[in-house]
Amino acid sequence: MALIKHGKLVDDIWHETDDFADVTTLGPVIVDLDTWRRHGAEILALGGRLGLRLKPGQTPDLIAADLHHFDLIALEFAKFTDGRAYSQARLLRERHGFTGELRASGDVLRDQLSFMLRCGFDSFSVATDHQAMAILEAVNEFAHWYQPALDRAATIPNLRRRARAASNDAASGCAATWAY
Amino acid sequence: MYRYDEFDHAFVAERVEQFRGQVARRVAGELSEDEFKPLRLMNGLYLQLHAYMLRVAIPYGTLSAKQMRKLAHIARTYDRGYGHFTTRQNIQYNWPKLGDVPAILDELADVEMHAIQTSGNCIRNTTADPLAGVAADEIDDPRVHAEIIRQWSTLHPEFSFLPRKFKIAVTGSPNDRAVTRGHDIGLRMHRDLQGKPGFEVMVGGGQGRTPIMAKTIRNFLPVDHLLSYLEAVLRVYNQLGRRDNIYKARIKILVQSEGAENFAEMVEAEWLKIRDNALDLPVEERDRIAAYFAPPQYENLSDACPELQAAMAAEPRFAAWVDSNVGDHKQSGYAIATISLKPHGGIPGDASADQMEAVATLAETFGFGELRVSYKQNLILPDVPKADLLALWRALDGLDLGTANAGRISDIIACPGLDYCNLANARSIPIAQRISERFTDLRREADIGEISLNISGCINACAHHHVANIGILGVNKNGAEFYQITLGGVANENAAVGAIIGPAFDEWRIANAVEDIVDTYLSQRRPDEAFIDTYQRVGPQPFKEKLYGPDQARQAG
Repeated sequence: MALIKHGKLVDDIWHETDDFADVTTLGPVIVDLDTWRRHGAEILALGGRLGLRLKPGQTPDLIAADLHHFDLIALEFAKFTDGRAYSQARLLRERHGFTGELRASGDVLRDQLSFMLRCGFDSFSVATDHQAMAILEAVNEFAHWYQPALDRAATIPNLRRRARAASNDAASGCAATWAY
Repeated sequence: MYRYDEFDHAFVAERVEQFRGQVARRVAGELSEDEFKPLRLMNGLYLQLHAYMLRVAIPYGTLSAKQMRKLAHIARTYDRGYGHFTTRQNIQYNWPKLGDVPAILDELADVEMHAIQTSGNCIRNTTADPLAGVAADEIDDPRVHAEIIRQWSTLHPEFSFLPRKFKIAVTGSPNDRAVTRGHDIGLRMHRDLQGKPGFEVMVGGGQGRTPIMAKTIRNFLPVDHLLSYLEAVLRVYNQLGRRDNIYKARIKILVQSEGAENFAEMVEAEWLKIRDNALDLPVEERDRIAAYFAPPQYENLSDACPELQAAMAAEPRFAAWVDSNVGDHKQSGYAIATISLKPHGGIPGDASADQMEAVATLAETFGFGELRVSYKQNLILPDVPKADLLALWRALDGLDLGTANAGRISDIIACPGLDYCNLANARSIPIAQRISERFTDLRREADIGEISLNISGCINACAHHHVANIGILGVNKNGAEFYQITLGGVANENAAVGAIIGPAFDEWRIANAVEDIVDTYLSQRRPDEAFIDTYQRVGPQPFKEKLYGPDQARQAG
């Protein structure tokens, strides 16, 4: 497996397990919702860094009150055609204010990377280094987009507004020069 | 009409470059067909029975003469000299080569067109009343909002991998010419007590194997909140729509299983949380877009047009064409002319490159260089001075485009069917040709009057057979093509799904069956009663008796 985080290929420090018995030995660990629900208090008592995996059907509302415990949330693209994780990611970021690492895993492909970035994902788990390098190429295929999203880039409607304001300024600047 | 600014141009150019790279990776073997498929689909490229098919969006059915000439050029240069206009205000090319498609998309981008999201499980080309901006009965112009939706839905980061395709239609008129209730979301404009425009929001319509008409989930949504409300509907659907079964994945199934009231509550709850964020467009951006749809510089013409009356009296074929193909314009002295792409015995919706070019020139000669494409697979010249109608009709007649049958029985909507489509069970085109050849007598067609007849080659119902007065569905029984008839469908503001009348007919009997249905109507109707009104008054029984005989009709129930 290879991991891209904040636009770079990096080593993955996280381990995944759905077995509570492993949690004590693994270091930074990602557990599933079921393990968290059954052993949350014990896991917190261990004091390590903690991540949570949500399945596509599990709405972020389920863990809204627990979010501050997690440094990482992993969302899964079982198939790249299953787009539920895009909504989960936006809800985590926009509605619940999650600021930790938001990881995409599963069927993460080059041609979906822009969508994922714009929905708030900032790390991507892919099969090979080769794939990782290939998908990084896709990031700059578009300069601007129409919708406001998590990339916080100026949208096309924003840019139009700026262009209008600039031309209004230019127009009033001319008027001022003429007046003097 | 809307014109791209530098940002729209740059965006579409980037999209073409992206697809050029994807095609290159596919050709080099870096992408499997499975991986390439969703990418090509989101750029309108299907793999059909014999070849690739490229579907190009004509957003909300509006295009310029220049764009029409480009469509003709593409048909001639990259295809076999024709294109097919569809029920979703798209044009399809049936024979492009994969390697040519990036070049075709470049050519389209030159005239501010694209094929983005004409396929795939995403928000498709938004459709609208083809008479938007010119219809006498309009409350407000839906094109402004359709363009806003086009921009918002283009490569939406959250909604590009929905459970299934998603179609939005907008009408600004109480007389629905966009089948809004047949869409995943239908938007119908109203004005509130202060005169401010807004939308009735209808959700969960669709045809296919489970035809359902959309339910109203909000009576009035102020136009300022359009995008946040759409985003709320789409977010609920993206999370909860079924993904385990392709036939149950459309939003209509979710609305049905949740109940429209529950579904509306979920949408409202989501909307309350996002309605005041940055999504809805500021007024000045909406005004910028609206300015493109300002009315053209109409001349001051009198509505009374004695030369038109004289020409109609002198030339009966012209008079028949005016009766069926010419509609009322909101501007006095002007008319709306439908150009039928349904010559008797022809292929519904097909136009040759020569015809497209000629029509582009007519749009400039007899209008402001603008054209419309209707869901009925016809073209429309929206701004024809009444005094020019005769000259227009003569020109059309010479191009085999002057058929006087708009809204008549030979104005058949047909899908490509088994001649092209790899989903089809039966042919549609030859059946449409055979039926329309039975009704070549213009006086007989005029006597039959307003009626709709649609033919789909499979259960996916691309030709909207469920909402046709006479719907024909092609089915395959043990390797043979059969045609099942539904009666009583309605596609307007009173949209309704038709009911199966009885056992299917084979391809040699289907045209006779249509004639039997028409004869039954003619014998049962009251003066000035349209087919659908007669059918609703007398019910299916007389039609069953005529089609199957009194004994079998009783058995069929």
